[in-house]
Amino acid sequence: MEKTPNFDEMWGSDARLRAPYQQFHDWLTGEEPRRLRAKQREAEELFRLTGITFNVYGRSEAEERLIPFDIIPRIISDREWARVTRGIEQRVRAINAFLHDIYHGQEILKAGRIPKEMISRNPAFEPRMIGVSPPGGIYTHIVGTDLVRTGPDDFFVLEDNARTPSGVSYMLENRETMMQMFPELFSHNRVRDVQSYPADLRRSLSACAPDATDGKPVVAVLTPGIYNSAFYEHAFLADQMSVDLVEGHDLRVVDGRVAMRTIHGYKPIDVLYRRVDDDFLDPLNFNPDSQLGVPGIMDVYRAGGITIANAPGTGIADDKAIYSYMPEIVEFYTGERPILKDVPTWRCSETEHLAYVLDNLEDLVVKEVHGSGGYGMLIGPTATRKDLAAFRRKLKARPANYIAQPTLSLSTVPILARQGMAPRHVDLRPFVLVSPGGIKVTSGGLTRVALKNGSMVVNSSQGGGTKDTWVLED
Amino acid sequence: MLGKTANGLYWMYRSFERAENTARLIETGQRIALTRLESGEEEWRSVLQSAGSLVQFETARGALNKEAAIDWLLRDRANPSSVLSSIEAARQNARLVRTALTHEVWEATNAAYMSAREVLARKVAERDLPGVLGTMRQRAALVRGMTHGTMLRNDIYNFARLGTFLERADNTARILDVKYYVLLPSASAVGTSLDNVQWETILRSVSARGGFRMEYGAGAGPREIAQFLILDKRMPRSLAFCVGKLSDNLRYLQRRSMRPGPAQTKALHIERTYLSHDIDAVFEFGLHEYIQKVLWLLTELSGQIETDFRFHE
Repeated sequence: MEKTPNFDEMWGSDARLRAPYQQFHDWLTGEEPRRLRAKQREAEELFRLTGITFNVYGRSEAEERLIPFDIIPRIISDREWARVTRGIEQRVRAINAFLHDIYHGQEILKAGRIPKEMISRNPAFEPRMIGVSPPGGIYTHIVGTDLVRTGPDDFFVLEDNARTPSGVSYMLENRETMMQMFPELFSHNRVRDVQSYPADLRRSLSACAPDATDGKPVVAVLTPGIYNSAFYEHAFLADQMSVDLVEGHDLRVVDGRVAMRTIHGYKPIDVLYRRVDDDFLDPLNFNPDSQLGVPGIMDVYRAGGITIANAPGTGIADDKAIYSYMPEIVEFYTGERPILKDVPTWRCSETEHLAYVLDNLEDLVVKEVHGSGGYGMLIGPTATRKDLAAFRRKLKARPANYIAQPTLSLSTVPILARQGMAPRHVDLRPFVLVSPGGIKVTSGGLTRVALKNGSMVVNSSQGGGTKDTWVLED
Repeated sequence: MLGKTANGLYWMYRSFERAENTARLIETGQRIALTRLESGEEEWRSVLQSAGSLVQFETARGALNKEAAIDWLLRDRANPSSVLSSIEAARQNARLVRTALTHEVWEATNAAYMSAREVLARKVAERDLPGVLGTMRQRAALVRGMTHGTMLRNDIYNFARLGTFLERADNTARILDVKYYVLLPSASAVGTSLDNVQWETILRSVSARGGFRMEYGAGAGPREIAQFLILDKRMPRSLAFCVGKLSDNLRYLQRRSMRPGPAQTKALHIERTYLSHDIDAVFEFGLHEYIQKVLWLLTELSGQIETDFRFHE
C-alpha cells in the first residue's frame, strides 16, 4: 500500500484499518490478485453488454464509451452516513425555500443577506418564474449533492446540482454488477439498498402532480435524444420507472395540456421529468432555435397544467457564485447552523477577493461560475507556469466569471491498479428526491474516482471512473 | 404506446429480419458459385437484385465480381441493407425503444451488434465466410428467441411482428420477382440440371429446402415450388403466411375500434384477392405481374401502417 498524506477511507491517516472495511478486508486477503483482475475484466464485459455507455460530444455517432469501473467498493458506516443525510436534507430544504423566496417576496435580498445584483444580474435567474408556484411547492425534485471528504467526519459540499443531475444509472448498475460478481460479499456485509431508487423516483414525481391530473398521474422522461451524452441514463430511468421516454417532437400542446403522440392519438402528461436544459425547453419562451423542447409548455406550466421536474430557473440555486452564500442561505431559511461544511470561496467579482486570488493562485482551485464537467478550471498546485499566467490574464479580463477555493486534500479509497491496490482521490454524489411527502436521500450514491495517481479530477470526461458505494447497516 | 416507439420497434425488427435475409442470400450465392454450373457473375447479379441493391452497388462499386458483391452485402456501410448496416440500424432502433424491450431482448441485440462490429470490422476471407454468416444468423436468431420467450404479447409485440413479417414478405417476393422465369411452366427443358440448380437456389434463399422435400418429395417441379412459396400457409416464409401474420397483428392492434382500420383493410385485401386462390390462378394472372402487384401492395401497406399508428408527426 502506497502512503499518502490524505485521509484514506480504508486505512485512515495512520495505516490502521478502519472499522467499516473490516469484513471486506478479511475477504480481500483471501482473494488471489489474478482472480480479482479477471473479475475486473468481467465487470467491463457486463457493462459493455448492458450497453451502459456515454456518448462523447463532438465525436462520431459510433463513439460510445464505457466509464471505467473499479471493483473495490467504497464503504461508509451507518453512523457516518446518518449525519451526512441530515446535512443534505437541511440543505435541500433551504434550497427550495430560497428558490420560492427568490421568485416571490425576495426576503433574503431585503434582509441584505445576499446582494441584489447577485440575483438580478445572474443569467441563471429566470424572470419567467417570478410569481410562479410549482405544484406541491417543489422546485428541485431531484438533487445531486456533490460531496468531498477530508476526514472521518469532515464532509464538504462542493456543488448542489439542482438542475438535472446525472449519474444515478451508474450508481444502480454498479451495484447490480457487484452483486452479480461478488454475491458472497453481500451475504457478509449488510449493505443498505439503493435499488429502490427508480420506484422512489416515480412515487416522488407522482406526488408532485398538478391539479389538472385526472386519475393516476402520467409521468414521462424528456430526453434531448439518442445522441445526447446521457441518453443511456434517460432510457434506463424511463425503463425502470415503466414510463414513456419522449422527445420534443413527440409532444405538443393539446387543449391546454402537454400531450404525447401515442399510436391511438394524443395523451396528456402530468409530470415531465425533463433532462433538457431550461434554454431548450420551450422555443416560444426561451431559445427560439431549440428543436428539443415543446412550443408553449411554459404557458401550460404557468397555468398549472403540468409539473416540470426540476422547475425552470432552479439554476440560480446551484450557481457557483451563489454557492459562496450557502451558509447564509441555510441559516436564513432553516434557522439552524449548516450541518455540512462549505468550501471557503473567493468571489473574484469583489476587488479584495480578486487581489487575494491573484496573490495565491498557486494554492487555489479556480472555477468558472457557470462551468461544469471539470472544464475551464485551474488547479493551482499542479498547474504549469504557463497555465497560471493564462489564468491570471483571464481573471483580470473577466473577474466576475470566476470563483476560487482552497485545494482540499480529498480523501482516497484504494483501487485495483495494475501493480495492486493503490489509493486514489474520490468524491461522492448522493441523489436526493424531494416531494411534499418528504426528502429521501439515497444510501450512498455515486462515487467518482480519479484513476490517475495524484489526480483530483474525477469527471468521466477527464479520465475519471466510478465505484460501488456501500452504506453498512449497524 | 408512443408513435415513435411503434416506429422504432417496427424498424428494429425489420432490420434484424433484413440482416438475416441478406446473410442467407450471400450463403446461397456462395453455394451456387461453388457448384460452377453457371457463370458466377450472373448469379451474383441476381443475388444483388434480390437484395434490392444492384443499382446502388453499380454506382458505388462499379465492376461486379464475387468478392466485391460479398463485401458489399456483408459489411459496406454505404449499403443500407448490408448485414452490418442492418444490425447497426436494428440496435440503434433498439436503443430508442429500450423502454419497450425486455432486458433479455436488449442484451441479445447489443451482443449481436458487438459481435457484428467485431467479425465484420475487416474484409472477410472466403474460408471464414461460412463461420461469419453462421454467427450472424445465430445472433439474429437469439434476438428472435428472446423476443418469443420473454416479451409480453401486447402492442409492443404486435409492432415487432409487423416489422418482421413485412420485411420477410418483401424479401420472399423480391426473390420470386428476380427468379420468376425459372418457375414458369413454359420453360422448355423441364428438369435439366440447370433448372434443378435454379430451383434449389430459390428454395435455399428462403430456407425452404427441408420443408419442401418433406411436403413434395424429390420429384416436384416449379409449379409446386411456386405454390409452396406463395400460397402455403404452413411455410413460415411464404407470402400467404407472412400476410396472414400481418393481418392477425393488425386485427389485434385495432381490436378496440368497431371497424377495421385502413392498414388492416389493406392487409385483408391482399389476403383475399391475391392469396386465397390456387397456383393456377396465379399463373393465369401472369406470375411476374402477380409478384410485382404484391410487392407494390406490400409497400403501400407499410406506408399505411406508418400513418395509422402515427409513426411520424
